[in-house]
Amino acid sequence: MQLSLWTYEGPPHIGAMRVATAMKGVHYVLHAPQGDTYADLLFTMIERRDERPPVTYTTFQARDLGGDTATLFKKAVADAYERFKPQAMLVGASCTAELIQDDPGGLALALDLPIPVVPLELPAYQRKENYGASETFYRLVRACVGPRVERAAGAKPSCNILGPTALGFRHRDDVAEVTRLVEKLGVRVNVVAPLGATPADLARLPDADFNIVLYAETALAAALWLEKTFGQKFVNVAPIGVGATRDFVKTVAELAGIDATDFLRAETSRLVWYSRSIDSTYLTGKTVFVFGDATHAVALARVAAEELGYKVVGLGTYAREFAREVRAAAKGYGIEALICDDYLDVEAAIKAAAPALVLGTQMERHIAKRLGIPCAVISAPVHVQDFPARYSPFMGFEGANVLFDTLTHPLMMGLEEHLLGMFREDFEFSGDAAASHLGHAAAVVLEAEPVTAVWDEAAEKELKKIPFFVRGKARRNTEMFAAEQKIGVISLKTLYDAKAHFAS
Amino acid sequence: MNEISAITVEPAGCSDAPVLKERGQREVFCGLTGIVWLHRRIQDAFFLVVGSRTCAHLLQSAAGVMIFAEPRFATAIIDERDLAGLADANDELDRVVTRLVERRPEIKLLFLVGSCPSEVIKLDLSRAALRLGRKFGADLRVLSYSGSGIETTFTEGEDACLASLVPVLPASDAAQLMVVGTVAEIVEDQFRRYFSELGIHDVGFLPPRRAGELPAVGKGTFFLLAQPFLANTALELERRGAERIAAPFPLGVEGTLAWFEAAAQKFGISQARCRAVLDAPAERARQALARCRITLAGRKVFFFPDSQLEIPMARFLARELGMTLSEVGTPFLHREHLAEELALLPRGTFLSEGQDVERQLDRCDEEKPDLVVCGMGLANPLEARGFTTKWSIELVFTPVQGFEQAADLAELFARPLRRRALLKV
Ligand code: SF4
Ligand code: SF4
Repeated sequence: MQLSLWTYEGPPHIGAMRVATAMKGVHYVLHAPQGDTYADLLFTMIERRDERPPVTYTTFQARDLGGDTATLFKKAVADAYERFKPQAMLVGASCTAELIQDDPGGLALALDLPIPVVPLELPAYQRKENYGASETFYRLVRACVGPRVERAAGAKPSCNILGPTALGFRHRDDVAEVTRLVEKLGVRVNVVAPLGATPADLARLPDADFNIVLYAETALAAALWLEKTFGQKFVNVAPIGVGATRDFVKTVAELAGIDATDFLRAETSRLVWYSRSIDSTYLTGKTVFVFGDATHAVALARVAAEELGYKVVGLGTYAREFAREVRAAAKGYGIEALICDDYLDVEAAIKAAAPALVLGTQMERHIAKRLGIPCAVISAPVHVQDFPARYSPFMGFEGANVLFDTLTHPLMMGLEEHLLGMFREDFEFSGDAAASHLGHAAAVVLEAEPVTAVWDEAAEKELKKIPFFVRGKARRNTEMFAAEQKIGVISLKTLYDAKAHFAS
Repeated sequence: MNEISAITVEPAGCSDAPVLKERGQREVFCGLTGIVWLHRRIQDAFFLVVGSRTCAHLLQSAAGVMIFAEPRFATAIIDERDLAGLADANDELDRVVTRLVERRPEIKLLFLVGSCPSEVIKLDLSRAALRLGRKFGADLRVLSYSGSGIETTFTEGEDACLASLVPVLPASDAAQLMVVGTVAEIVEDQFRRYFSELGIHDVGFLPPRRAGELPAVGKGTFFLLAQPFLANTALELERRGAERIAAPFPLGVEGTLAWFEAAAQKFGISQARCRAVLDAPAERARQALARCRITLAGRKVFFFPDSQLEIPMARFLARELGMTLSEVGTPFLHREHLAEELALLPRGTFLSEGQDVERQLDRCDEEKPDLVVCGMGLANPLEARGFTTKWSIELVFTPVQGFEQAADLAELFARPLRRRALLKV
């Protein structure tokens, strides 16, 4: 038993729903009690979908348990087929139905429907949402693929784009951006799946020359199987940031047999220049803590370090399946990865690292708000705000533009910071005011931990002269230093000794 | 017009109306959802669901941003080891609770809340509650109830929770009034004021704001239900000698007035006193309704089943705001507790109990109502098809009972229609 106040991932059948809902012509019959229908609102409220997810729940009750829940399930499958006439059907159990062991797969197959029926075995007491999405997509692909049709002579090379789902973080716009990118490069997109695909589209997957795994969390299993079965190679570089996008383009070009040199010379992102412009100098060495799904956490750490000149002081993921990749990336920054799905531990780690910026999920946004640290959201689990009305991809060169804004705006604009520093002694200026984007919490939360040492007057005065946005940290560090050195009264000397101590 | 006899159980309205009973797919939350408002009401209680990742996910999805503070609810997620018998589920539960109690010493009342998985594996939470109660002694009271989706829909979780409280209420046979069902603090304070002006001073509220303020119960206790979904709680109270005062629910002016008057009559308060205390606020509330009436009168409303508040709401919308009732669906129809409400519903109202969501959506399409009251999973898809909707969960989160809230309640229904009229895109 694990105590959970909040979870980064839902149960695995939610992952299956993300695949079913992303597609057209698929229906999912889920053996589940009525409360599990809450899942519909994730799609209709958070993602603002204008249709209900294509899911039928059996909503069995206690009184059915002694009786015949199996018949109930069969009837639900038959009714759903009649009403929705899908091209393919997914069947499975949620956590409760898993315990009553009705064998949804066997029951549905016994109905002999004239469409592919895909039984899902998603162990609800072991696995989570991303596993569920990955497994569902893999099973569907296996069930639906048709024979490979060779590319006609003279036709363009082609690829499939795999991984985008419903309720995915910026998937809608990433797909548009990556499609544009590879097409401009001269590669035809054969199928995008699961988002927007039908089972008939899945049948055509083998026709492509290679696959693009946009999100390893959902598409890696399917891509591995397609490689094994049809010899389709795949690209597993998420094109997030300028460097990764260039790597991505090179790998795609290689698989497509295209020379990308001119393309890469012509195509770029504003990030490259913006990051070099002198206003960005102040970004140098800003400490950043990155937490999210593996794809986004690893990619964003790279953008932060290599493209904005930040210092990565924390990197982690809640997705244990990808712990290895994240650990390897963290090693590159000389830190230990945080692999953890308990947000209280994540909060503690952020607090300890005291970064200048947090890149995380909606949960880290709230943690950062409590701690008074600027933050940007870079990963699922999603929130209604992660479906902006405007075009806002994370991938490709346009995505890099978005990232420059997303990762720098929460920090104060360079000039603003400069001016605040210059005028801090001005009588009109209140150093206790927090930056406008930090709300009210900032000034309060940055207060030091219980004070051990007292500050003498001169040191206290000096502390006031330190710009407020680093003052909290200066106070904390000095007090920590004083405690270590067993200094009871903090003087000017202690303050500067501490500064030197932490600078070295 | 304010005679009590006018609204008691003559076979009027829909008292004997036929009801369409459906047993298909339900699109309703389970009883765990009640935790979201119960934990805000009882401010030193903690709700520990013993369930699956689904239960945890449901709670955080229903609670929305509330979850981002350190909330007073959590889920002990059963895992494979518990199921395989590798870990003794009871030991595991004790371990989780002990850690929790260490972290949150301010908690005075802990509810172990059963879920579908805990029910199916027959984890005996009432025994666990006894055991843990002994362990923590006087500092912490431990109770249990089930909010599972195989036994409870949405608001029935509150019923199960309150029913679990009844056996531990202190005993007293003194004449007293108890108001049963979660109401907002502001509503409680208003109710207390009116009761005391009427001359009823000994008034308890269940659930109370704090675990230490549990109201007493006994032979002299009369209780008024503030919510229509409290079947089991009422039974438990009756078992302890209390008597239910039959009344409509305090929604809208008419319902609130009748509710107070039913209590007044039981306590032998004169008509004159009722008039002196209640007429002015009732009149003020009627005037406040006028603005919404302009928007709502003559419009047709359709209720999907959700909170069991549907019938009192429909009664209010029809009688005080002039709306036309299309189908009124409710997850469960408690004929006895709703007798006064049914009598007030316009004759011929189409009632349904339970759900078969696809067929009900078909009926909704045919009926073409001006306003659809439904759960959050259905609202946007219906809007996209041109319907105007009001999502029902707001009706349980917002203070809506009493005179002062009657117009707020009407406003909840009027706003979507006004908004629809404003938008030119
Ligand atoms: S319906 Fe059952 S399994 Fe689902 S969330 Fe509710 S209690 Fe948990
Ligand atoms: S202070 Fe204002 S301008 Fe500066 S980063 Fe925050 S929101 Fe942007």
